[in-house]
Amino acid sequence: MSTRQFGAKISRNIDPELLRGEGKFTDDIPLPGALHAAFVRSPFARARIEAIDTSDALACPGVVAVYTCDNIEHLDRELPLLIPHPSMNNARTQRPLAREDVYYVGQPVAMVVAVNRYVAEDAALLVDVDYDALDVELDMEKAILDDAPLVHPSHPNNIAADFTQVSGNPDTAIAAAEHVTKLRVQVDRSTAAPMECRTVAAWFDHVSSELTVWDGTQAPIGVRGGLASLFDLDEDKVRVIAPHVGGGFGQKVMFPYADEILVPYAAINLGKPIKYIEDRRENFIGSNQERTQIHTIELYATKSGEVLALSDDFLHDTGAFIPYGIAVAQVASTSIAGPYRIPNIRVRFRAVYTPTVPVTPYRGCGRPQACFAIERAMDQLADELGIDRFEIRRRNLIRDDEFPYARDGLLFADGLQVKHDSGQYLRALEMAREAIGWDDFPAKQAEARAEGRYLGLGLAFYVEGTGLGPYEGGHIKIHPITGKVYVNTGLAGQGQGHETSFAQIVADQLGVNVSDVIFREGDTGAYDWGVATFASRAAVVSGNAIYKAAKVVRQQLVEAAANMLEAPTDEIELTDGYASVKGTNRKIAYSTIATATNPLRYAFNEAAQIATQFAPASKHDGPPLAEGQHPGLEATDYFSPSCATWAYGVHAAIVEIDPVTCRVVFHKYVCIHDCGNMINPTIVEGQVMGGLAQGIGGALFEHIEFDDDGNLTNANFVDFLIPYATEIPDIEIQHLETPSPLNPLGVKGVGEAGCIAVGATVASGLADAVSHVSGSKFHYTPVTPDMILEALPQGTAQPPD
Amino acid sequence: MRHKPAIAPNIPSVSADPTVEVTMTVNGQTVTRHVSPRMLLTDFIRHELGLTGTHVGCEHGVCGACTVLIDGRAARACLTFAVQADGAELRTIESEASEDGTLSELQKAFAECHGLQCGYCTPGFIMNIRAHLESGEKLDLSDEGIRDMISGNLCRCTGYKNIVAAVRKSAQHFNRK
Repeated sequence: MSTRQFGAKISRNIDPELLRGEGKFTDDIPLPGALHAAFVRSPFARARIEAIDTSDALACPGVVAVYTCDNIEHLDRELPLLIPHPSMNNARTQRPLAREDVYYVGQPVAMVVAVNRYVAEDAALLVDVDYDALDVELDMEKAILDDAPLVHPSHPNNIAADFTQVSGNPDTAIAAAEHVTKLRVQVDRSTAAPMECRTVAAWFDHVSSELTVWDGTQAPIGVRGGLASLFDLDEDKVRVIAPHVGGGFGQKVMFPYADEILVPYAAINLGKPIKYIEDRRENFIGSNQERTQIHTIELYATKSGEVLALSDDFLHDTGAFIPYGIAVAQVASTSIAGPYRIPNIRVRFRAVYTPTVPVTPYRGCGRPQACFAIERAMDQLADELGIDRFEIRRRNLIRDDEFPYARDGLLFADGLQVKHDSGQYLRALEMAREAIGWDDFPAKQAEARAEGRYLGLGLAFYVEGTGLGPYEGGHIKIHPITGKVYVNTGLAGQGQGHETSFAQIVADQLGVNVSDVIFREGDTGAYDWGVATFASRAAVVSGNAIYKAAKVVRQQLVEAAANMLEAPTDEIELTDGYASVKGTNRKIAYSTIATATNPLRYAFNEAAQIATQFAPASKHDGPPLAEGQHPGLEATDYFSPSCATWAYGVHAAIVEIDPVTCRVVFHKYVCIHDCGNMINPTIVEGQVMGGLAQGIGGALFEHIEFDDDGNLTNANFVDFLIPYATEIPDIEIQHLETPSPLNPLGVKGVGEAGCIAVGATVASGLADAVSHVSGSKFHYTPVTPDMILEALPQGTAQPPD
Repeated sequence: MRHKPAIAPNIPSVSADPTVEVTMTVNGQTVTRHVSPRMLLTDFIRHELGLTGTHVGCEHGVCGACTVLIDGRAARACLTFAVQADGAELRTIESEASEDGTLSELQKAFAECHGLQCGYCTPGFIMNIRAHLESGEKLDLSDEGIRDMISGNLCRCTGYKNIVAAVRKSAQHFNRK
């Protein structure tokens, strides 16, 4: 291709099959004779199990097996702690099926396998579990008090981890400060709610002793490692395939969930394929969630608004277990200073066990909470010092000439120092100011107020550490028959368009059409080096690995073509699947080159005739494949980033409160966004827009509600309010492209970007909308109509007729 | 761990549910099956007929992923028993492209506008929009009108903006025909 594909807005390779209904999600995989699993789940947030009687369930016609902790052999154990950290003492993880105790409503207690899901669910109701309920405390601030009921008797005050990080010298800076602003903010519990719930299917071939698992996961290689270890199988005998996956948003990076090991176990045990397709209620009560953090943040500043030091102390709700370690809290704590210079930081968090669904990353992973804390604090500081909100940020933003900007002492979730690698923060802020129309806004607001309306402008800046290591790989091979380019990587996609973005990278290097790049990911049978999809890392880590591998294959192509076309390598051009000699009509197809570079015995087609060892062209001294050479056009390479690369952006919104319904109406919402060089701006904007919609859900609608006994009371889409199209405004997205110096492509991650700053932006706008009549600062999300009603002067809001 | 069962367990292959005969036309073809009266239409379409393009998102009629056309009207297959569709004419996502796989204008518009990411909700959107396009009613193609048209379908990936654009694009084509 003569046109550069990197940076082009290209339609996605994957779309036609998905649009025709030919996608292959886990439950679409035909497994003849498959049995179906259903779970018995705890109805108590905390209880002792006195007895389990499975006899009625087993007697149910069509039931094949009922598993409890007593008949799953060596799987009756605490599951692995995925990310250890010294701040945790005796970190508690879950057992696949509860033994003696249950710790949250929804915890799996037994698994029924039957001929179909209908019968499995019938029988699950017949499993008789005798519980002795225990006291619970759901409120984190009460759960850490001395007399609070304990989730785990092993952990006094329900503290799962206690960790402090310090950058600079906060004590000295605090002493020098002229002004301090302090506030308490809370972001509450939410959930990823991917459209496809979690799914697992497994088949064990007793002849070859091979276990195949189809798993709607973000981490197939991790799942494979876990299964091989738990089942004592060679890794090569376990193949984990993440087929098409209907959204993940972090919930599916956690492993192993109980079903991910019990379904393979039953497949081995019963000699039949087994399927477990989680239903929506189970996704609410059984699949991990995120978000609740309560921050007490203090900014120490000069009177001119320069922030000298930041102190933050927050509680992080980790739910009943902490299998993913402190990752979410650590990301929050290291993102707490946002885009600001603030050279002195002390940030402490305590992770708190609560008898609720475990907490692991959900898109944003602590960043929305940190952004909410620092941005609400900046607004408050501006207000207290009488400085414009844009101006106070301008005075504190890291300047272009200060990059890379390191925060000594703060270790990010990859265990490495926080280092903002590049950016144009001031320009981004200026773009937001212009796009939202800040200069005209005071007049508009005054006019609205004169009419009794509540109009506000919200503003928030965010940063996002992306593209964490340790590494990913890329494998590229040009097929000798078709000449098509096959590309593999180890992580998995859940709708991000990897197949297209990565094809664009390869297409530029190898001179092929994007549609001729056949991409495969998420299948340990195809490629099994790498980590997983999380932390907005696929484009950065796999993208650069694929880029490096493509450059090697390009070199192979050029050298082989030069040899075959008898021309110097610098005269070889690669275009549209052909190598040609510059300025001539001499050209040769990649398929022919790929065949010719592979010494053959059998002439299976015309091209192969010239590659057999008896062909005149193949005659030479020595072995057909020289020492150190490998056949064909193929390479594997890896990318291992030195540290995370930091993307960022600014959101600004003009919001109005409908005084009748207390609904928030968006008049304008702009997002300035910089993720370095964009591989495909269409895909980038799609990611940002989708994140924004989730952010709006989190800011205004989506809230996991527990009653005092720990029952999740809105475990369905009627009561847990995911926005429809009618709730999402048209959002204007503008890009900056500041390359990352940390990788050859200059890219940064984008997956989580959109959602991070929405809560802070909405709260900022609402506080501004009512600032003339109310002291309400909106220090809590999601903001409900009740909260807005409280913020309005009494008698203003009118009940609907 | 023991990886081979000593004696293959005696495993039943069907449930004890009674069955009833259902006959319907699906994508133009008449099908007859004997199924449990409690089998959902989603399971019938997906697992009895093997048309897995119809997806299940919530099983309580809120997300719209399972939307199919029953006698020309958009309906939630997850809230419908297969027996309730006895005698009906069904259309699923598999009927949308032509026989050779060529995408319909509506499908093309989704691809061109990047109106899908993971693609799980997409068949439900397409079938719902299809029902509107063919309803004979005058379509309100304002932003608000389109958002209202698709307000029975949840999408967790796209933020809807590009779906709105895809609807507008395909509806304009439809209006020209």
